[in-house]
Amino acid sequence: MKKLMIGNEAVAQGLYEGGIGFISSYPGTPSTEITEFLAKRDELHSEWAPNEKVALEAAFGASLAGVRSACAMKHVGLNVAADPLYTMSYTGVNAGLVICVADDPAMHSSQNEQDSRHHAIASKVPMLEPSDSAESLAFAKAAFALSEEYDTPVILRMCTRVSHSQSIVNTGGREDIPRIPYEKKPSKYIMMPGYAKLRHPVVEDRMARLAGYAENCPFNRVEWGCTDIGIITSGTSYQYVKEVFGDTVSVLKIGMPNPLPKKLITDFAAKVDKLCVIEELDPVIEDHCRKLGLDPVGKEKFSILGEFSQKTIAKAFGISPKETVSADTAAPARPPVMCSGCPHRGMFYTLVKNKITVLGDIGCYTLGAAAPLNALDSTLCMGASVSGIHGFLLGSEEVMSGKTVAVIGDSTFIHSGVTGLINIAYNGSPATVIILDNSITGMTGHQQNPTTGFNIKGDPAGKVDLEALCRSVGIRRVRVVDPYDLSACEQAVKEELAAPEPSVIISRRPCVLLKYVKTKPPVSVDPDKCRSCKKCMKLGCPSIAMKDGKAHIDATLCVGCGVCQQLCAFGAISGEE
Amino acid sequence: MDTVNIMIVGVGGQGSLLASKLLGRLLVDEGYDVKVSEVHGMSQRGGSVVTYVRFGDRVYSPLIEEGEADFILSFEKLEAARWAPCLKKGGRIIVNTQEIDPMPVITGAAEYPSGILEELKNKGVLIDAVDALSIAREAGSAKAVNIVLLARFAKYFSIPVESWETAIANTVAPKFAELNRKAFELGYNA
Repeated sequence: MKKLMIGNEAVAQGLYEGGIGFISSYPGTPSTEITEFLAKRDELHSEWAPNEKVALEAAFGASLAGVRSACAMKHVGLNVAADPLYTMSYTGVNAGLVICVADDPAMHSSQNEQDSRHHAIASKVPMLEPSDSAESLAFAKAAFALSEEYDTPVILRMCTRVSHSQSIVNTGGREDIPRIPYEKKPSKYIMMPGYAKLRHPVVEDRMARLAGYAENCPFNRVEWGCTDIGIITSGTSYQYVKEVFGDTVSVLKIGMPNPLPKKLITDFAAKVDKLCVIEELDPVIEDHCRKLGLDPVGKEKFSILGEFSQKTIAKAFGISPKETVSADTAAPARPPVMCSGCPHRGMFYTLVKNKITVLGDIGCYTLGAAAPLNALDSTLCMGASVSGIHGFLLGSEEVMSGKTVAVIGDSTFIHSGVTGLINIAYNGSPATVIILDNSITGMTGHQQNPTTGFNIKGDPAGKVDLEALCRSVGIRRVRVVDPYDLSACEQAVKEELAAPEPSVIISRRPCVLLKYVKTKPPVSVDPDKCRSCKKCMKLGCPSIAMKDGKAHIDATLCVGCGVCQQLCAFGAISGEE
Repeated sequence: MDTVNIMIVGVGGQGSLLASKLLGRLLVDEGYDVKVSEVHGMSQRGGSVVTYVRFGDRVYSPLIEEGEADFILSFEKLEAARWAPCLKKGGRIIVNTQEIDPMPVITGAAEYPSGILEELKNKGVLIDAVDALSIAREAGSAKAVNIVLLARFAKYFSIPVESWETAIANTVAPKFAELNRKAFELGYNA
């Protein structure tokens, strides 16, 4: 059936048609929808795991048990899952196992711009890279067979523009894949030194065989045009090359970036006058060409930074830019902001008011870094706020304790914050950790997690008791506040920072965008009472602006959280009775 | 045929993703090759959002660059101006006249530019400005702005109204079908 699908839905469809029986993932833009689409199917098990390492290990277990399995994650998630990945390369698989990883060139929603191909090369695992939705479906499906034929996990590399672009696919039926019975094979599956030493040569042999396969595999292809210019490209860059040149130049499209073919590339290079490599992020194909003794035009013309477009290609080839028109007045920037009624705002306001140093983490609350709150001091990776504050306090002079907190969301805390908290309790730093518990995984679009009490299908599930968890690791001071209540926030922050021992404040209120959250009618400003002090403006609420010198609240945006009401010293803000 | 390029721009949360989904489906049903590109995640939270819709005989790139768009469908006035450089010569902007202050305006670091559509008009840009928010409210919900704008846009195409109506019925939840049908009718005839 002909359908328009985003790349991620097409991956889900490909895995489904390929007979997948198990998927475990942790959400991460731009990979999240792969697992969400599979969760709509009842013929397989789908789940959100606490983090990517758990997800990949669960998928490995399912493969061992004999069902085709997968997990999906964003590029930085593969760092978390790197530990099992590098050794799964040694064990190989039982039933096929596919690791879907989505890179984010240009960092639309990420903290770095790393290139996942390095993980494939370093872990010695084959990688496929589709360039549109039809290929996403086909490659995902084919990845299972490749995984089983070569006894290896296979990485499917996506990027934002393939994951989140819709193009036409033809869907098919689901293959009936019989379970592969589990057999005890200690020398294959127990990776202790004696056995691992026997497996390493197997890995090297497999990669050599895959390199041979790459010469004629269906994932790499040559499209001959004129031979003045030959372009080696892959992924979304292929589309930009075709957009600019159509069928006029010769193109070697790489669909399997690891291992790369040798003869296919040298033969192609020999037939063209000028060789170019056009790839986003790092010069992986280009470096491979140089090892083969070729000297292509590459990163000197096509940047390591950001993502490409047809404009990037046209400009590099000296094609004149298209005529444009623009207004003389520059449009002010519109950065993303915390929503009206976001429960994080009240806590951030309290921290800023008290001039607290705030080690931040990954999630919606990273937006607390933006003006006017400017609440954050650092954001590194998932969990780093909690681990980091311990070192920050022990590494700094005495003066920083009592003035520093870590903030982390509920899902991120479960992902990798709890291990940092154990370290705080075990190695004794007087850290205060604030868990911003909005009862959902917010930034990636509302996924359930182990603290919400519901699983990926929305069915009731085991629920982590955050208070009990924190106490059980050795934190004696654990308290809960409502971030809409500014005086309660203030009291909690001051008291816990004054305490000479570790503490956790759970700032708890569900995300205002959740469907079950009932919002109040908007509040409004009485312009006669407003003294234009702009104290309410310090919240950075998108509903509040100054109009004609007085604060004004946009009734279409305000959800009546009442935080600004508590701030106004003149009683100028009121809600409906 | 040459590929037709449409940009749908607005502020995160305004419902532009539904508009692109609907438009994409309709164009596939009409037999075109179609690509629709959007960005999820961080940028959706009240930030400037853009979706690209391209259709024709064979579409490669999912993106639309400077000087390439035949149409810009803008859910907000300032966003129309922000993305205007993507318009090709002779291109048209269909814009909802609603103003939503971005954070730099709210904090006082910048001003919401006045007369920005007139500036563009004076430079030869075809502008079709419509108070889609009022029309959507008349239809029954401010959230139907996306359908009102699509209806306005539909006037520039030869695709029959019935096909649009079918696409709407197939995309929105059944309980909103009547609301959206009405929003389309009001937008088309506005």
